[in-house]
Amino acid sequence: MDKMPAWADTVLVPLISILLAAILSALVILAIGESPLDALSLMIEGALMRSSGWGYTLYYTTNFIFTGLCVAIAFHARMFNIGGEGQAMLGGLGVALVCLYIPFPHWSLALLVAALAAGAFGALWALIPAYLQAKRGSHIVITTIMFNFIAAAVLNYVLVNLLRPVGAMDPATANFPEATHLPTFQDMFATADNPLFRGSPANVTFFLAVLACVAFWLLMWRTRLGYEIRAFGHSETAAKYAGISPVRITVVAMLISGGLAGLMALNTTMGEAERLVMNATEGAGFIGIAVALMGRSHPIGIFLAALLFGFLYQGGAELALWTSIPRELITVIQALVILFTGALDNMVRMPLEKLFAARRKDA
Amino acid sequence: MDLATLLQVLDSTVRLATPLLLACLAGLFSERSGVVDIGLEGKMLAAAFASAAVAALTGSVWLGLLAGVVASVLMSLIHGLASITFRGNQLISGVAINFLASGLTVLIAQDLFGQGGRTPSLIGAGRFDPITLPFAEALSGVPVLGPIYAELISGHSILVYVAFAMVPLSWWILFRTRFGLRLRAVGESPEAVDTAGVSVTGMRYAAVLICGVLCGLAGAYLATGLQAGFVREMTAGRGYIALAALIFAKWRPVYALWACLLFGLLQAVALRYQNIHLGGITIPVQVMDALPYILTVIILAGFVGKAIPPRAGGEPYVKER
Repeated sequence: MDKMPAWADTVLVPLISILLAAILSALVILAIGESPLDALSLMIEGALMRSSGWGYTLYYTTNFIFTGLCVAIAFHARMFNIGGEGQAMLGGLGVALVCLYIPFPHWSLALLVAALAAGAFGALWALIPAYLQAKRGSHIVITTIMFNFIAAAVLNYVLVNLLRPVGAMDPATANFPEATHLPTFQDMFATADNPLFRGSPANVTFFLAVLACVAFWLLMWRTRLGYEIRAFGHSETAAKYAGISPVRITVVAMLISGGLAGLMALNTTMGEAERLVMNATEGAGFIGIAVALMGRSHPIGIFLAALLFGFLYQGGAELALWTSIPRELITVIQALVILFTGALDNMVRMPLEKLFAARRKDA
Repeated sequence: MDLATLLQVLDSTVRLATPLLLACLAGLFSERSGVVDIGLEGKMLAAAFASAAVAALTGSVWLGLLAGVVASVLMSLIHGLASITFRGNQLISGVAINFLASGLTVLIAQDLFGQGGRTPSLIGAGRFDPITLPFAEALSGVPVLGPIYAELISGHSILVYVAFAMVPLSWWILFRTRFGLRLRAVGESPEAVDTAGVSVTGMRYAAVLICGVLCGLAGAYLATGLQAGFVREMTAGRGYIALAALIFAKWRPVYALWACLLFGLLQAVALRYQNIHLGGITIPVQVMDALPYILTVIILAGFVGKAIPPRAGGEPYVKER
């Protein structure tokens, strides 16, 4: 018998957790001598009240949707993929190679091929940890952490020694050719008398991210593979008994997970920077953890959580610009969200379950 | 390579291995009790900041050390609360602690000192001075052994000697005391310990607290011994290298010493030589950076000896009713 009604489990628990995280964040802002309400209104002003603010918010949202889905599919198979960061770095490398060395006639074709390359590079970077988990029993959390660092070293080597244009100082590739530049929201929606999204980096990749959410839902709840992944996540022994191969599910789930992380690079590398830089991922791989936890590993939840974190990121940049609150406030909020919606889940859940049990007894 | 250069590299190996060793032993206590800890990095960072901040404000490195340990222990208590009391996911709790430390340290540093997330440089009594061991001067004339004693063994700050002394001490506590036996048992088979009338929760909290103290020492050494002050993200992945060393050492104190010295040597070599030329082949510096992680993956894969973690690691204990 369920201890709580479904709505309490999917809506009430996360809401209370986020409320707790918000209260603590407000206390942190108070402690450094700023007003939480002023900070919040400044964030809303900067992130949501102007179309260019939305342009940044949705740009960050795109990153977090991809990395959130990346962590979520691993969660469904009861694995914890901390390697989104490294997989996204390698995805960026795939994007850069395709954009630099294939002469594309049009951006749409470039986007398609770059997406395949980004997904393939990200998936391959997840393959070794997946294989080691499935076949050799090495814990995927540790191996993916190690692979993040190895990815950083690989990317550093490739950028400094191989892809850096002659004479350039910073470790980055040359600019991608004009034909691979993706249309931004400004290109798509701004008109002469209504300049929307001016100068903001949101681009066509956002729609790809929304599509990924839909595809994720179809895969997890409407296909056999999705069922097998979820069954494996619920009970490995039961899945085995039903003829589901643990090795296959582990490897396939991690390949999809790494591929999703790789796709994030389309947005940062192809959509925004238009070249590959050293720190293109900006920690988005880790924010995916918070997004997946908050979104309860469901695409709708992940979309909303990614939107919230997109807002926090853009709002945080505004705060750093106009007040003495540094951007690291967002890191603290992110930590609190992970702590309350992930690790301290039972702290919220246990009293609620008691409450509902008591009410049921009365009824 | 002459003796003087070799000694310099080894000397820097000892310095760089010290924070790794302290953090590695910290992880050892925690994981041996069945509480997986990927928050070593965050605890070290919090301790590095707290120690540098208090040392800068009071001018006393000892008060700084105390503050560093307190900060790290507080982080440990959050981890304990989440993973022991509320039986949450220990990995997720560790990740949260790393982010919490990463954000809070810069936030508070900016608020206190306004120098872009760093503390002022520590001078005088705000740092740990090197200790010259007796007769270092007198014996430095002795060929080979003299310089080794004077340069390599003597002349480190107190926390270096504490770290190395912690290796036999940890071994003795874990393998020769009743407390250590129970601690290891709680990580292998908590239900057996519970049946014997020992509190699983109590043992695990004790282990997590020891872990906090040791991480505190590691962080304080980083900011007040190895360097003079705190800069943002100054742990730079050392907590993860310590975690790698712990696996490399197969959760044993003496092996941990060798693993940390090896990883310290890699860092020292990467710091001194950018690219290494061996015969006709050039080893790029990035290989040295990635080597600890690559070695750990190979060990984890079980191709070179099997690393078997404590059996109940990562599992919250639910008492039967």
